[in-house]
Amino acid sequence: MAGTAAAVALTAALLPGLAGDVRQDHPAAAGDRAAGGAVAAQPAKSAKAGQEECETPEASLRPSANATGDGVQRIIDRGRLIAGIDQNSYRWGYRNPLTGKLEGFDIDLARAIAGEILGDESKVTFRSIPTSERITALKEKQVDIVVRTMTINCERIEEVAFSTEYFTGDQAVLAPAGSDITGFDESLKGKRVCTAEGSTGEGALEEGKYGAEVKLVPNQLDCLVRLQLGEADAVVTDNALAAGQAAQDPSTRLVGTLNRPEPYGVAMNIDHHDLVRRVNKLLEDYRQNGWQDAYQKWLAKDMPGIDGPPAPKYKD
Amino acid sequence: MTYPPRAGSAAPPEHQTAPALPAQPGPDGPPAPQAGPPGAAAPPPPVAPPERRSAFTEGFERLRAAATTEPGRLRIIGAVLAALVVLFGALTTWQVSDRAAAAEDVVERSQPLSAEAAEIYRSLADANTTAATGFLEGGQEPREVRDRYDDDITRASELLVRAAASSQGAEESQDQIEKLNRALPVYTSLVETARANNRQGLPLGGAYLRYADDQMRETLLPAARKLYSSETAQLEQDYSDARAWPWGALASGLVALGVLFWAQRRHYRRTNRVFNHGLLAATAATAVVLLWLAVGHTFARSGLGDSDRHGAQSLHALNEARINTLTARADENLTYVNRGSVTNEKGLDKYEATYLKGMRELAGKDIDAETAPAGSMLGRAMELADDSEGRRPVAEAMDNVRDWRRMHGEAQERNVAGEYESAKDMVIGGEGEKSTSEFFDRVDDSLVQALEHEQREFTSAAEDGRGALSGLWIGAAVLAVLGAVGAVFGIGRRLSEYR
Repeated sequence: MAGTAAAVALTAALLPGLAGDVRQDHPAAAGDRAAGGAVAAQPAKSAKAGQEECETPEASLRPSANATGDGVQRIIDRGRLIAGIDQNSYRWGYRNPLTGKLEGFDIDLARAIAGEILGDESKVTFRSIPTSERITALKEKQVDIVVRTMTINCERIEEVAFSTEYFTGDQAVLAPAGSDITGFDESLKGKRVCTAEGSTGEGALEEGKYGAEVKLVPNQLDCLVRLQLGEADAVVTDNALAAGQAAQDPSTRLVGTLNRPEPYGVAMNIDHHDLVRRVNKLLEDYRQNGWQDAYQKWLAKDMPGIDGPPAPKYKD
Repeated sequence: MTYPPRAGSAAPPEHQTAPALPAQPGPDGPPAPQAGPPGAAAPPPPVAPPERRSAFTEGFERLRAAATTEPGRLRIIGAVLAALVVLFGALTTWQVSDRAAAAEDVVERSQPLSAEAAEIYRSLADANTTAATGFLEGGQEPREVRDRYDDDITRASELLVRAAASSQGAEESQDQIEKLNRALPVYTSLVETARANNRQGLPLGGAYLRYADDQMRETLLPAARKLYSSETAQLEQDYSDARAWPWGALASGLVALGVLFWAQRRHYRRTNRVFNHGLLAATAATAVVLLWLAVGHTFARSGLGDSDRHGAQSLHALNEARINTLTARADENLTYVNRGSVTNEKGLDKYEATYLKGMRELAGKDIDAETAPAGSMLGRAMELADDSEGRRPVAEAMDNVRDWRRMHGEAQERNVAGEYESAKDMVIGGEGEKSTSEFFDRVDDSLVQALEHEQREFTSAAEDGRGALSGLWIGAAVLAVLGAVGAVFGIGRRLSEYR
């Protein structure tokens, strides 16, 4: 914290004109250590872009139906959209072994984006990318977009561009029906709680000091295996993924969330402003027509009570 | 020229029972030919001990008294000679039957046990590979895949029961068998759960299969490997027991021969007679046993050495290569089950990474290498194969590994490019298409051929080695008894001349 404060102070000293803004934004920077560090490392760039010191990372570029540039042109030249997706997140991005086809909320959205840009929803090449490779794949332009329950945050907007928010995630606790675990509270005390190694859930459990015995596994779905085998009492993961787990085991349910919203966005190369605007245009339409269907199809059963898509925020 | 008395003219002397004989003058003087009629002498009056002494002193005194007379000395020499020849025979019989038993163990017990442990190891690895193959087929798991998995599990369980019964002594083996018996049902139930979920199209099945694979690799395979190592160590122990030189027998044989030679030389010097038939027979018997022992053991050593060098070590190297092939294939399949959900620190799919590592161990770094490099498992198997019939299948395996790796590379490129289904078909085999599964099968077939060849080599060399020792222990016993009788008889003939 002292380091961040010092860096912010240095920024203020170097750029006296912005001193007011910096001071005003300080609490936000302090709230996100990693983002604070990243911002401090590139003070000139942040200042030039005129970004507010990352208070609303989910604010994106205004939509446009005809923006052109390198990002869109690449896709048109190729005749196909290359989408980075996950093949293992049930109800989001998942390859059904019975049909061999990919399916889920994120997959539907990627198809809709192909329809917007190429006029044909089937012209998508799906490329499975692991979580750790999402940003690299975009930077190296191996994929045009990443639709993979990816959270927009201050750290990431330094490296990639995001569309407007299309879903609001949150950390959730999944427990067997009839368990006395009620959420992120003292009911976790002494319980064996499983979460994926290096995930937001691991951080949340550590921070909250619920007194749970944390069990780390390589992938969130491994937690459901441990839960079913009686090696864990509860699972902590994104509500989106927890819903996917509940869908696979009807004897479990989501019992509580952390109430720390995590906006999901479509990620793109940071220079492809044209593509960002086109995707945002699609999302404007999708919120009216498409989103609700996809929600009903994939998520409503295990994640009931969501009225509609989150409202978009723009920064320009 | 003097002649020994004709045989048959005297009963064998009862020198053990005669306490003393009249003193003879001049212990070192030239032997006076005593031509007294044998057997005619009246039993000499027993010499009463002048006073009571301890048994030891008394015995010693008697011995010293005896040593001062020639018949006394002859009796001592006769006793020592008989004892030496009997000792030699006994040592030979004991040490050779020990080695023969160890050689028998090699052929009948420890090598089969080691082979069965290798088979447990292989069955488990094969079951794991097959489970992943069937899984990739989704709900329509082909019958033969299912059967292969079931056979593997059944075979492993049966062999575990047998191994538990036959390796009773080895604590390490028992520990590992116990561990395997505990972990195997856990593994199979995980695989069943994986299948049930997969059949419903749930990704949870993949997570279960990965968990089952973890159990296999972290618990079952290491335990099976240790069991195999422990049984192989027993094999090596039996080998070295069977091949150890019987130094005791050889040394006692040489001593017996030396003393026999000395006794005959003494006999010649004192009587001027060249041959004593009894001593000559004893010498011949001893020499025959010694020669038989030396030659027989040399042949046994070389036969067993061959079976170890050309058979057992080749079998070991081939077994290792085969297990590695199976785990590489399991990795390849699991890459398509895992689909990037677990990655290593470099962002590479965990199973793709272990596949690459396994292939490097199997056949070296260079995918296009024509021959397996020396440090690789196939390279080692090639080095140990000592004839063209042994080398041919290993070279074939290498050729197929090369094709397998190339095709795997193409499939992986497609997979990364997002063509999951066509990449998967290149791995599990689609409709009439070439797939890496064919190359894997061919590698496995070649290794099986090589294993069968080496097993034959092993058996014939070990049988030769074992055969070289056959009959030796009984022959040594019979000849030694004959030799001892000869020595006693020969000395008795001389003794009778003093009566």
